[in-house]
Amino acid sequence: MAKGFINKILPFSSVDGPGNRTAIFLQGCNFDCLYCHNPETINNEWNLKYNNGSVPTYMSVEDIIEKIHRTRAFISGITVSGGECSLQAKFLIELFKEAHKLNLTCFIDTNGSIPLNKNEELVSLIDMSMIDLKAFNTDEHKMLTGVDNSVVLENINYMAKLNKLYEIRTVIVPDILNNEYNVRMTSSLIASLNQDIKYKLIKYRPMGVRLEKIKTSIPNDKYMENLKTIAKNNGCNNVLII
Amino acid sequence: MNKVLSIIKDKSLTYEQKLMSLAREAENSINVLNISEESEIYRKEGIICDLNEGNAPYRPRYIAPDYENFLKNGSDFFGLTPPKNIWEATNNLLILYKHVPSITSFPVYIGNLDTLLEPFVIDEEEAYLAIKLFLTHIDRTITDSFCHANIGPMDTKAGRIILKIQREYPTSIPNISLKYSKETPDSYALDVINTALITAKPSFANDRMFSREFNNNYCIASCYNGLPIGGGSYTLVRLNLAALSEKASDEENFINHVIPDAVKRMTSYMDERIRFIAEESNFFESSFLVREGLISKDNFTAMFGIFGLAESVNHFIDSTDKKDRFGHGEKANNLGFKIIEKVYSEVSKHKNPYCEITKENFLLHAQVGIETDKGISPGCRIPIGEEPEIHEHLLQSCKFHKFFPSGIGDIFNFDKTVKRNPEFLLDIIKGAFKEEMRYLSIYCTDCDVIRITGYLVKKSDMEKLEKGQQVLSDTVVLGLGAVKNSKVLERKVRTNG
Repeated sequence: MAKGFINKILPFSSVDGPGNRTAIFLQGCNFDCLYCHNPETINNEWNLKYNNGSVPTYMSVEDIIEKIHRTRAFISGITVSGGECSLQAKFLIELFKEAHKLNLTCFIDTNGSIPLNKNEELVSLIDMSMIDLKAFNTDEHKMLTGVDNSVVLENINYMAKLNKLYEIRTVIVPDILNNEYNVRMTSSLIASLNQDIKYKLIKYRPMGVRLEKIKTSIPNDKYMENLKTIAKNNGCNNVLII
Repeated sequence: MNKVLSIIKDKSLTYEQKLMSLAREAENSINVLNISEESEIYRKEGIICDLNEGNAPYRPRYIAPDYENFLKNGSDFFGLTPPKNIWEATNNLLILYKHVPSITSFPVYIGNLDTLLEPFVIDEEEAYLAIKLFLTHIDRTITDSFCHANIGPMDTKAGRIILKIQREYPTSIPNISLKYSKETPDSYALDVINTALITAKPSFANDRMFSREFNNNYCIASCYNGLPIGGGSYTLVRLNLAALSEKASDEENFINHVIPDAVKRMTSYMDERIRFIAEESNFFESSFLVREGLISKDNFTAMFGIFGLAESVNHFIDSTDKKDRFGHGEKANNLGFKIIEKVYSEVSKHKNPYCEITKENFLLHAQVGIETDKGISPGCRIPIGEEPEIHEHLLQSCKFHKFFPSGIGDIFNFDKTVKRNPEFLLDIIKGAFKEEMRYLSIYCTDCDVIRITGYLVKKSDMEKLEKGQQVLSDTVVLGLGAVKNSKVLERKVRTNG
C-alpha cells in the first residue's frame, strides 16, 4: 500500500469543509507563499527551521483508516490538506478508495497547481475540492507563490464543470496584493461558473508566518466588508469573511 | 444571629426567596425520619448527601405532571375547561405551573411544550405573540433554573417559534431539551444548534435510549433527569465517591467491600425518605394532581446519585501526571468503569415497593454537584482543566451513559467560529448518540447564558449578585458558588479541532 508523508491529523475539524471532518495535512508543498502560515509543512528543510512541534511521518493508508475508524461515528468525511496534497496523488487515490468504503466523503484542499484533468482516477474519487486562488494576475501570483496561476485557473474551471468545486479562497493581504482586483475578478469567475460556490475571503494574520519575508498588516473589518460587497454585487451567493 | 432572623434581615434575598428559606428552616426544626446509625455516620461525614431535601419531606423532590391530560380535560380544581385557542392553552398551563410542587417549590418539568401547543398554532403570528408572552411569564415568575421544558423529537411550528423566541430573547429559564431521534429532521436539529450557540439551550437528549428505558413515557426534568411522566422522583440522594474512596485500603477493598456497604447505607436512607412521603406525609392523599389524574404514586421512582468519580479514581491511581489520570490513562479509565459497574449492580440488587414503574429499582443519576462542592467533579465528568481533546473526551464519556437513565450529561463549550458550521455540531451529536451518549449540552464562549453544571445562569446576573445586587432567579446564587468553587468559567474552549 502507498504511504503518505503526513504532517498531522486533526480528528475533528469545523473549518475544512461541511460538517465535522477529519483533516489530514500532508507534508510538502510546491508553492512558497510569502504569507504561508504553516511554513513547516512546505518541506523538510523548512520543517527543521520552523518546527512547530509536529514531526512529519510516513503513514500507510491502513494506519490512517485505523485512526479514522475510531471516530468514524462523529464525522461526515475527510479533507486532505497540506502542504499540497495533490503532490501525493497515488496515496490520495488509495486513501479515498478506503474512505469511501466507510461512507465518508473525500475533499481535497489544494493550491490547484497540479493539472487535475490529467488524473481522472483521482478526480473520480474526489467528492469536492477547495481551491486557493491566491492572485488573479499571473505575475502577482508568481511574485507571491513562486509559480504562475494558469494551471490553477484551469483546475477551477475543470472542477466547477464537474460540480466538484466546493469553495475558492483568497487571502487578503494589504500593501502586497491588489486585493480589490483579485476579489473582483475571482468573484466574476465564480459567478460565471456557479453562483453558489463558496467564496472565502481570508484576512491575513501573522500567526505562524515568516515575518522576515513579508511586511504587511491585518486588514480591518471595513476593508473586508467592502471586498465582500464587491463579490456579492458580482453575483456570488456565498461570500464569507474569515 | 439566629438563622430565621438572619434570613428575614438579608438584603440580597427577594421576598419569595426569604419565604422559601423560612419554610426550609421550619421543616428542619423537626426530626421525623428513622435514620439508621450507619447511614447517619456517612451523612455526617458528607459521603451521603440529600442535597438539602429537608428533614420532613412533604412532597416528592421532582414532579412531572401529565400536561397532555391537563390540556385535554381541563381542571375541576381550577375551574378550567379544556383550552380552545393558544391564549387559553398558555394561560391554563401558567395557572398549573404555580401549583406544581418540587424541592424548590417551582415546577421542574413544564411539559413537552411544542407538541402541547402545536394544535393551537393556527395563525403563526398570533401564536408567536402568545408564546413570547408565555415564555416571558415563565422566565420572570418561575425564577429557578431547574425548570425544564422539552421539545421534539418531531419538527413542529410551535417548536420553531419557541426556538426563535429563545434566540431573540436569551433567558436562563426555562431550561430546554430536544428529544432527538431519527425522526428529528436535520433542519430542525440545526435550528436547535443555532439556538444553543446563542443561549446555551436546548440540550440534546438521546430519545432512543430514554424511550427504551421508560417505555416511551419520559421527560427531561430539572438539570437533565430522565423521569416517568405522570410521576417523577421521590428523592435524590447522592454518594460522594471521592470521599468514600478514603475509606478503602485499596481498589479491591473499595470495589468489593466499601461500595456495597455504602450502597446499603444510602438505599436504606432513601427507603426511609420514600416511606415518609408515601406513607406519612399524606401528599398523595391530598394533592389535586393525584385527584385529577395528572400524577400517580405508581409512576414515581427514586434517584441514586453519585458524584466525584474522577477524584475517586485519581485517589487510587495516585499520579500527578495527566496522562495517567481519569479521562486520560487506560488504567484509570478502566477503574472508573469498574467502579460504576459495581455501583450499578449493587443498586440494582436493592428493591423498593414504591418504585414499581422502574421495576422497584432506584435509577442511577450522575449528580452535577452543588455550589459548595470544592474540587470534586460532577458525576462521571472529567475535571475542568484536565479535559482531553473533544474526540477522546466524547468516547470516554459515552461509556458511562448507559448506566444512568435518570440523568448524566456532558457539556462542551465551543469557540464562536463554529457558528459558521453548525453541521459540525450536528455530526458530533449524531456520532455521540450512536455511541450511546445519553445527553449532551453545548454553548458558545460568547453566550451570556451559560450552563453551570446542569442548569443555566446569566453571566451578567452573576456579576450583579457579586456586587450585592438582588437578582430575580434563586439559581444565580448557586451559579456564582459553582463558578468560584468548580472553575466553571474555565471549561475548555473547543476550537476547530
